[in-house]
Amino acid sequence: MFHLNNMLYTISANMEGWELFVNSLLPMISGAIKYTIPLTLISFVLGLLVALLTAMMRLSKSALIQAPAVIYVSAIRGTPLLVQLFIIFYGLPSLGLTIDPFPSAIIAFTLNVGAYASEIIRASILSISKGQWEAAFTIGMTKTTALKRIILPQAARVSVPPLSNSFISLVKDTSLASLILVAELFRKAQEIAARTYDFLLLYIEAALIYWVICFILSLAQTALEKRFDRYVAK
Amino acid sequence: MFLSINGLAKSFGTNEVLKNIDVEVEKGEVLSIIGPSGSGKTTLLRCINALEHPDKGIFTFQDGFNLNFDNKISKQEILRLRRKSGMVFQSYNLFPHKTAFENVIEGPLIVQKRKKAEVKQLAENLLEKVGLKDKMNLYPYQLSGGQQQRVGIARALAMEPELMLFDEPTSALDPELIGEVLTVIRDLAKEDWTMVFVTHEIQFAGEVSDKVLFMDGGYIVEQGSPEEVLKSPKEKRTQQFLQRILNPS
Ligand SMILES: Nc1ncnc2c1ncn2[C@@H]1O[C@H](COP(=O)(O)OP(=O)(O)OP(=O)(O)O)[C@@H](O)[C@H]1O
Ligand SMILES: [Mg+2]
Repeated sequence: MFHLNNMLYTISANMEGWELFVNSLLPMISGAIKYTIPLTLISFVLGLLVALLTAMMRLSKSALIQAPAVIYVSAIRGTPLLVQLFIIFYGLPSLGLTIDPFPSAIIAFTLNVGAYASEIIRASILSISKGQWEAAFTIGMTKTTALKRIILPQAARVSVPPLSNSFISLVKDTSLASLILVAELFRKAQEIAARTYDFLLLYIEAALIYWVICFILSLAQTALEKRFDRYVAK
Repeated sequence: MFLSINGLAKSFGTNEVLKNIDVEVEKGEVLSIIGPSGSGKTTLLRCINALEHPDKGIFTFQDGFNLNFDNKISKQEILRLRRKSGMVFQSYNLFPHKTAFENVIEGPLIVQKRKKAEVKQLAENLLEKVGLKDKMNLYPYQLSGGQQQRVGIARALAMEPELMLFDEPTSALDPELIGEVLTVIRDLAKEDWTMVFVTHEIQFAGEVSDKVLFMDGGYIVEQGSPEEVLKSPKEKRTQQFLQRILNPS
């Protein structure tokens, strides 16, 4: 009797669990589509622009131009991302500067990507041989043209794997935005879990969705690497 | 005189690499430079192409363009000096992310902003001239060293420079690939290109040059016709160098 009861209970609990899983899928995916993915894409693109500018500043001969870039990179890399998010969202209002959750998150993640990716871009520019610059100069190119046409396209190939890593990390780091009230994937999971107390199930479900997104991205990375490798000996 | 260089000096730190040298290049002339390793041959070519900034020296071109490195030189002037000449490197330095054809059109299309159709024709003609028309869509890694160097020559020619500079264009090549590159250079010499050619191929230098210049220790030790310098050198250092390079023991 006891056995049967127990079994029935387990089955019905599993049924409920499955139902909860399916019912939560929609709000979580919608959180991903509305917030996680746009947050990732926008921050990454803006971050790359900041990174390129920062890398150029760090490669400049003038110490005056280098200094702000060096300080910026050091400050971002030397402090936790969560603290940076809190400063922007909870801290700045006391200076009279109140920014909504989503733009706050964009600013924090852009600055973060900008600092880390600038080091990647700088290293990949430095990895291109001096002979490539000189060959570009001998056909009459200026520094800017040489950078645009000859150096950056080759540096891009070198930086695809490390930048892809940054991109995938960023997808996961956006879950921190839940702590400044952005209704992204993980916050949706937290909200549902607070109602149903099914923490394990819902957090595993969130983890699975992150995993799927990152898996798709890693496929895209492989395709991109293949495309860039067309001009190197196998 | 196409180009006269007077009092050219260049040091790297305390290392005086070019010590007040004078060089003259006639229009349509092939000038070969020979000399031991470290004598400053590459540095001289790099100064002519403005890849190095001379400490001192006056460059005077036939068309009246001149630069005195005692004065401050603007970026425009550097660019103008550089665009007078095309450079062929010992290590080719092709753009690896571009096909042979794309390597050749890059300069005329992007720098000179010439019309696409015109540039395409030019590149095809040049690649044909260096014997690589059938390889024009291959990437550098798909070409042999000799083929890469011929693309390098076509890339420099595509800018239609007044002067072609070659820095030991065959010394990175396997012996069996040297001939195909020398053939291309021989053809250019016949076409009256003005060329300055740094080489260790003494026999070839004797064959194609109008003038040979022997450098040692940052000085021009001796210059003259190939017969004078290569067959009956006056200076002891030239004699010793030729002895060593022609009868390696
Ligand atoms: N960028 C540089 N910085 C410091 N020293 C340099 C530099 N380039 C050349 N040198 C020095 O200048 C001297 C002349 O070098 P250069 O390359 O002109 O000689 P070279 O005659 O071309 O020799 P090789 O036959 O070996 O090519 C050498 O002592 C070299 O070490
Ligand atoms: Mg040299």
